[in-house]
Amino acid sequence: MSSPATFPGVGALRETGRMFGLAIDVARNTFRRPFQLREFIQQCWFVVSVTVLPTALVSIPFGAVIALQIGSLTRQIGAQSFTGAASVLAIIQQASPIVTALLIAGAGGSAICADLGSRKIREEIDAMEVLGVSPIQRLVVPRVLAAMLVSVLLNGMVSVVGVMGGYFFNVILQDGTPGAYLASFSALAQLPDLWISEIKALIFGFIAGIVAAYRGLNPAGGPKGVGDAVNQAVVITFLLLFFVNFVLTTIYLQVVPAKGS
Amino acid sequence: MGVEVVVEGLTKSFGKQTIWRDVTLTLPPGEVSVMLGPSGTGKSVFLKSLVGLLKPEQGKIVINGVDLVRCSEHKLYEIRKLFGVLFQDGALFGSMNLFDNVAFPLREHTRKTEAEVRRIVLEKMEMVGLVGAEKKLPGEISGGMRKRAGLARALVLDPEIILCDEPDSGLDPVRTAYLSQLLIDLNAQIDATILIVTHNITVARTVPDNLGMLFRRELVMFGPREVLLTSDEPVVEQFLNGRRIGPIGMSEEKDQATMAAELAHREAGHADGPPDEDVRGVVPQLEPTPGLPPRGAVRRRKDRVMSILHTLPPEAQQGIIASLTPEERSHYRVMADAGDRTGPITPSPWPRQGGVL
Repeated sequence: MSSPATFPGVGALRETGRMFGLAIDVARNTFRRPFQLREFIQQCWFVVSVTVLPTALVSIPFGAVIALQIGSLTRQIGAQSFTGAASVLAIIQQASPIVTALLIAGAGGSAICADLGSRKIREEIDAMEVLGVSPIQRLVVPRVLAAMLVSVLLNGMVSVVGVMGGYFFNVILQDGTPGAYLASFSALAQLPDLWISEIKALIFGFIAGIVAAYRGLNPAGGPKGVGDAVNQAVVITFLLLFFVNFVLTTIYLQVVPAKGS
Repeated sequence: MGVEVVVEGLTKSFGKQTIWRDVTLTLPPGEVSVMLGPSGTGKSVFLKSLVGLLKPEQGKIVINGVDLVRCSEHKLYEIRKLFGVLFQDGALFGSMNLFDNVAFPLREHTRKTEAEVRRIVLEKMEMVGLVGAEKKLPGEISGGMRKRAGLARALVLDPEIILCDEPDSGLDPVRTAYLSQLLIDLNAQIDATILIVTHNITVARTVPDNLGMLFRRELVMFGPREVLLTSDEPVVEQFLNGRRIGPIGMSEEKDQATMAAELAHREAGHADGPPDEDVRGVVPQLEPTPGLPPRGAVRRRKDRVMSILHTLPPEAQQGIIASLTPEERSHYRVMADAGDRTGPITPSPWPRQGGVL
């Protein structure tokens, strides 16, 4: 066997390659029978239980900030009637998937990473492989799918809570007109905005799940390694999320024409 | 009968650090082998390579005609079903109780009904003395119990190859003796190929049919137990007697200066722990519990060893011949003092008995 190549940055490339390898393995194993339904449901419930409350609590002020900012902006340029339209667009298209993803990665992903990491250093993963059971199919696939599903569902919740928060702050604090806020919803926003929001959430959930699983399955030795792995998983996910969000937003804005244009 | 494991020219390194190189040995089918070695010589790495958890850079591991180093993932999972592996800490699934842990392979790989699963699991739990602890979680029990539960789980699919990573670590001498007896009884019952990795001298002297030792990144020797037990190799002598004097140091290797200093201390009368007894030499091997069938491996091994007797060192030959019964001696046509034979021995046919073979 040839010795592995060495040049600056090869380590990072190798890690990236292995992570993509894991992503492909997960995609392939998703369709392999038997599907681990029980584990999937347990993981969904687990991810929901650690993310739902923080997400709700984060999304209220997040929606409020956007509404307040847009409210004062629109007043300055004399377009108060579009406050609702602009804020709903910002919340659904951008804020909601990002908030969801940050919490899925920060709360759900870190828990998944820590769980898999501690199993790895206790040799549970090795034992499972030796018992002829693929840990990817048995443990990773249900977790990644759970992160994706919960991400999509949470995204819907964040959208609703965020829009309600925006409505509340705009109407109560900035003396906006309730009717105008609601009526202008459909002035700028359109159905594809909702789709891209959910698609983003799905992809972010996948990324968060894969990164968490990858770091969890490859910790440096010992308990400290697991701690570091969790930390890295969250940081890597965040970096990836913002980058992927940028790419997706660019593609979306190019492909789907804005309403009324 | 268990399957044969053939290892050829195996080399494993992590980055620039070579763990061991060019390891070649054959685990004879159905026999018990022990791999000795000081801590940190890659015994566990060797074990993990045998089950395909680590990929050696060079060499072959052939089981049932499949090379584990280069076969596909799918084939690997198939081959692994032949294995029962006891990990150092048991490697139980922390989220399941002991019953579910032991039942896990059955539920994954067989279509047995829950009643059958229960029967088999309870039988294995009784074998390792864990009846009554089925509902406990791995976090709630002692290390020794975890180890025994790990063994029960490894046995539940009636494996053809059993690998044990330091079955004695963390166990008291009595429990270690029970565990050794259990492994020998298992070998008598299911005739599985067993490899034990350990640094426990008592286990090494009494349990195996074959004994090997890893040191300084290579296999020092591997062969019939008598060869290592009577060896003059300084490493082996030091290790078996558990002394400081010898090539093994606190860190992996010892330099000349340390060696000389230790020898000087000793000359000056520094008491060096254990008395100067030499525990080398062939001691009787553990036998299955009375009532169980005799181990088929004993007869097979004896035939194999006698056919290569002339290639073994004289001390080993004497040890082997001294351990033969008078009937066996006449069967193999050797005299008690025939230590320096040069030709292979052709056994005369055994008188038919009991249909053991």
